[in-house]
Order: sequence, then C-alpha cells, then structure tokens
Amino acid sequence: MKKIAVASGKGGTGKTSVSVMLARALGENHRVGIIDCDVENPNCHLFFGSGIEEKRDIEVFFPDINPEKCVYCGRCQEVCAFNSLIVLKDKVMFFPEMCHPCRGCLLACPAGAVGEGKRKVGELIILKETDGIRLVYGIMNVGEARSIPLIDSVKKESCAGADYIVLDCPPGAACPMVASVKGSDYVILVTEPTPFGLYDLKIAAEAVGKLGIPSGIVINRSGARDHMIEEYAAAAGMPVLLKIPFSRKFAEDYSRGSINTRAFEGLGVRINKMAEGL
Amino acid sequence: MKEILVISGKGGTGKTTITAALASLYRDIVVADCDVDAPDLHILLKPEITERETFYGGKLAVIERDKCTKCGKCRELCQFDAVSGSYDIDAGSCEGCGVCGWNCPEKAIKMVQKKSGESYISGVRCGTMVHALLDPGEENSGKLVAEVKKKAKALAAGRSSAILLVDGPPGIGCPVIASLGGADTALIVTEPSKSGIHDMERVINVAEHFKVPVKVIINKFDINRVNTGEIEKYLEKRKIEVLGKIPFSEKFDSALKQAKTINEFDPGCAEAKMVEEIKIRMESGSQAR
Repeated sequence: MKKIAVASGKGGTGKTSVSVMLARALGENHRVGIIDCDVENPNCHLFFGSGIEEKRDIEVFFPDINPEKCVYCGRCQEVCAFNSLIVLKDKVMFFPEMCHPCRGCLLACPAGAVGEGKRKVGELIILKETDGIRLVYGIMNVGEARSIPLIDSVKKESCAGADYIVLDCPPGAACPMVASVKGSDYVILVTEPTPFGLYDLKIAAEAVGKLGIPSGIVINRSGARDHMIEEYAAAAGMPVLLKIPFSRKFAEDYSRGSINTRAFEGLGVRINKMAEGL
Repeated sequence: MKEILVISGKGGTGKTTITAALASLYRDIVVADCDVDAPDLHILLKPEITERETFYGGKLAVIERDKCTKCGKCRELCQFDAVSGSYDIDAGSCEGCGVCGWNCPEKAIKMVQKKSGESYISGVRCGTMVHALLDPGEENSGKLVAEVKKKAKALAAGRSSAILLVDGPPGIGCPVIASLGGADTALIVTEPSKSGIHDMERVINVAEHFKVPVKVIINKFDINRVNTGEIEKYLEKRKIEVLGKIPFSEKFDSALKQAKTINEFDPGCAEAKMVEEIKIRMESGSQAR
C-alpha cells in the first residue's frame, strides 16, 4: 500500500481538488482510500455523493477526578506542564482546551483519585465506497483546540485492501500538517504562482524535508508566472509534477461541489500519468 | 481601540489580501499577522524589522546517554510515541509534558526549553506591524499567536488609530482560538463555494462559542451568485451583518504579483472603492446595501 499526502502551506491552493482528482485517477485501476486529515475544516466529502457507512466518536483522555478520594494535595497541578489543572482548597478545576492528554496527573496522584475519563472531541466518518474509492474523514468539535488526536484517529482507520491512500492535509506548516504528512511515502505540495504561494511552499517544503519524505510540486492556477515556482523547484531539486491552468469554469464547478477533470483538454490524462509515476 | 480579527475557516479566501488593503488605507495603524506558520501579510506590507525576539514554545525531553539503561519506562509512558526504539526523542512528536522525565528511574531525562520561532515588531508604510514565524513543523502556534497579540495590543494602546487590525490563521483550532482572545469583532472572509460556506459556518460557530461578534465579507461573490444568495439568507437568519461583497477580479492577482495592495495598485478602480467602503462600515458598523 502506498500513501500519498497532499499538502500546501498556503490554504486554498487546491489540495482538496488535487486529492480528489488523484484518487479518481488512481481509482480507475486500483482500490483507493482518501483520508481527509483536515479535521478542522474537512471538505473532501462535499465532492462525494455517497452516504455514510459508519460514524463513531473520537475521544481523548481526561482526568476524571473522584472528589471522594481527592485529598487536594496539588500534585496533579504540579506535574501538569500545560496548566490545565488548578487545585483549590476543596475543588479541582480542569480546563479541557489546555490538556494534552499525557496522563501525568493520573500517574502522579497519590490518592488514586484521578480516573481514566473519556471526552468526545469529534467524530470519525466513513462514506460508502463508490467507484473503488473509500473516504474517511474526521470532524473536530467547535471550540476544541487540538486537532492532533483526531488526525491520528483518522489516519489509523485502515482502508483495508486499498492499493493507494491519498491523505488530504490541513494547510500551514505547523504540527497538524506534520502529523498528517508523517508516515507517507510521498508528499505532493500544491501551490500557486504568486508571492504568497511561493513563500508558503518554501516553509511547507522545509517541514516535509525535516521528515525525510520525498516530495513534488503541483502548480495550480498555472500561467505566465510559473517560472517563480519552477526556479525554486529546480534549486530545491523538487520535480514539478503537474500544472493546472487557471480556469474560471473550474472555479465555478468547484463552487457547486464538482471537481471537473474535463474542464481542461488533457488534464485527466496528465493526472493519470502523474498518479502512475508516483 | 477596537480589535478586528480577520479569519475565514477555509484557507485562500482572501484574508491577507483584504487585511493588507484595509491596512493600507491608514497612516498610523497597528497591524498584526497571527498566521504564524504560513504568514503572508509581510509580502504585501514589506515590514522593516526593528525588534526581534526568540520564541520558546514549550519543552523538549532530552535523554542523557550515559545515565540511560534503556529500561523502557519512558517508551511505555509516553502518550505521543516520541521515544524511538533506539531511545532517541522525536522532537516533532514530543509535546513537552515531562512525564518521561519525572518517571525515569535513572533520572536520565531532562526537559529543555525548545526554540520554536521568532516574533517581530516592524515599521510598515501604514504604521507598525507585529508578526512572527513559527519554525517549520513546530507546535505551540497558539502560544506564539498569543505573544503577537499581546505586543500588538500594547503598541495599539498608544496610537491615534481606533483600530487594531489582525490577519488571522485558517482553520478553527488552537491558533484561531488564540487569535479570538480579546477580539472585538471577527471579520470573516468567505467565498461562495460549497467548501467556503461549510467552513464559514464552522468558524462563525467558533467565534460565537468564544463570544466574539461576527461580520462577513463575501469575496469572489460572482463566482456563484446562487451560493452568494444562500450565504446572505443564512447570515440574515443568524442576524450577521455583511460588510461587503467583492467580485472575482484579475486585478487582485495583478496587484499581488507586484506585492502591492489593490488600493495602492489602482486606487481609482472599483475594487479599491469597495475596500474603502468596507473600511467605513467596519469602523461604523452600518449595514451594507
């Protein structure tokens, strides 16, 4: 099984479009799974009409403190590196948005008052397989800060029997992007030939480079300024895998929830070629 | 002073383009870029850095080789799979909780401060800019955002401008929540695509969850007029004001390629006028026609 991550640095460059087109191209001859790792704002499912096959809660640990056993010694507060616990004279306050579930409080409590609580932070959804493609995505609850546990959960969902997994990653170059990309065989960085696109591409490529995963570039909304990306790609030794010309028609189709590979002459063929070459 | 935070949920809807255009209409404003892992505002505002500060985000576990007996305790307790089979700490996975440290029977693990970025105060042609850069792949972007905001607030308090303008990050997670802290208005830039609408609804819910009032700009509204109508209906139902609608225009792209804001690139054009109108409504809070 080969895992291909689609990431970008800058948001809105076309990660989801590329992920969906790539999965469809691969799906012609293979069994494919798409994992939408952008759990803050998952969008892949908007382009699939298939119904939900399975839905389950994603939960994380939280310190479930038993007031009968708690001696209010303050040890849990002391070991918590994230200030998520405050111990008062007769009460322990817990701030879930600060907690990185390290279980330090549970290990440290001398009174055995910290129990293994489970807190729902979002949902994992699997869509019914259509045209050989199975889509898994996560959706984080509003108000939650940490997306990593959800990203880990969707990535763990095995797409049994799939030849290829396409991972649609969140934008940026911070920990959610790294957590999504980690463990992939190849990373496709989608960019656009603008100063924003180039700057964020460099940051994203550096983050991916630190992980030692080979990567290539897709230039979306390609046109007269492609050289700015191509020069960087040549200097960084990264291949330009595909160029997708700008088209208002493509943008209009996308706005309606349709990713139209037929919007441009020969795009489908080139995507198939890219997919087979990875 | 009113703090206005520009966010979007979905990336690439035009946050930075609009923030920079609005900022360029002022003479003595404080602007901040809270998108610390992929910041772009500096490309349009060309800051000249006057102050820089190293950012220490969190801690990192370090194993002292000579003391380690490879007993496996740290690997067993680490919830983040940060200790490898050869007892190396994966800096990218370590969240700095310190559990391995205080549970190591040999006291072979110490926690060290991890440099994970830099923050800056800079001069820009419209005033002062506070910005930052998280090292690629690092954590704690929320903490760095909080630092940028603290500095920007302190600077804005002494300025003539009534507005502190903040360019926010995409998404709804920790850097967005940190950006919302203390904001007076969340100005949401959306686009009339299915994804734009889906993500707008989520980010409105996040802003309201943290009790920050919301206003909306619909960018590229003419890409799908039916969806734009749906957005307007939706916002009316939620009693959310639309500050303006901006058409899809190659002009923004041409301006960006010269690293200029639309109002500097072609001050007389219709798009620049729309930004001026948004500025007026943003300050007064009156409804767009």
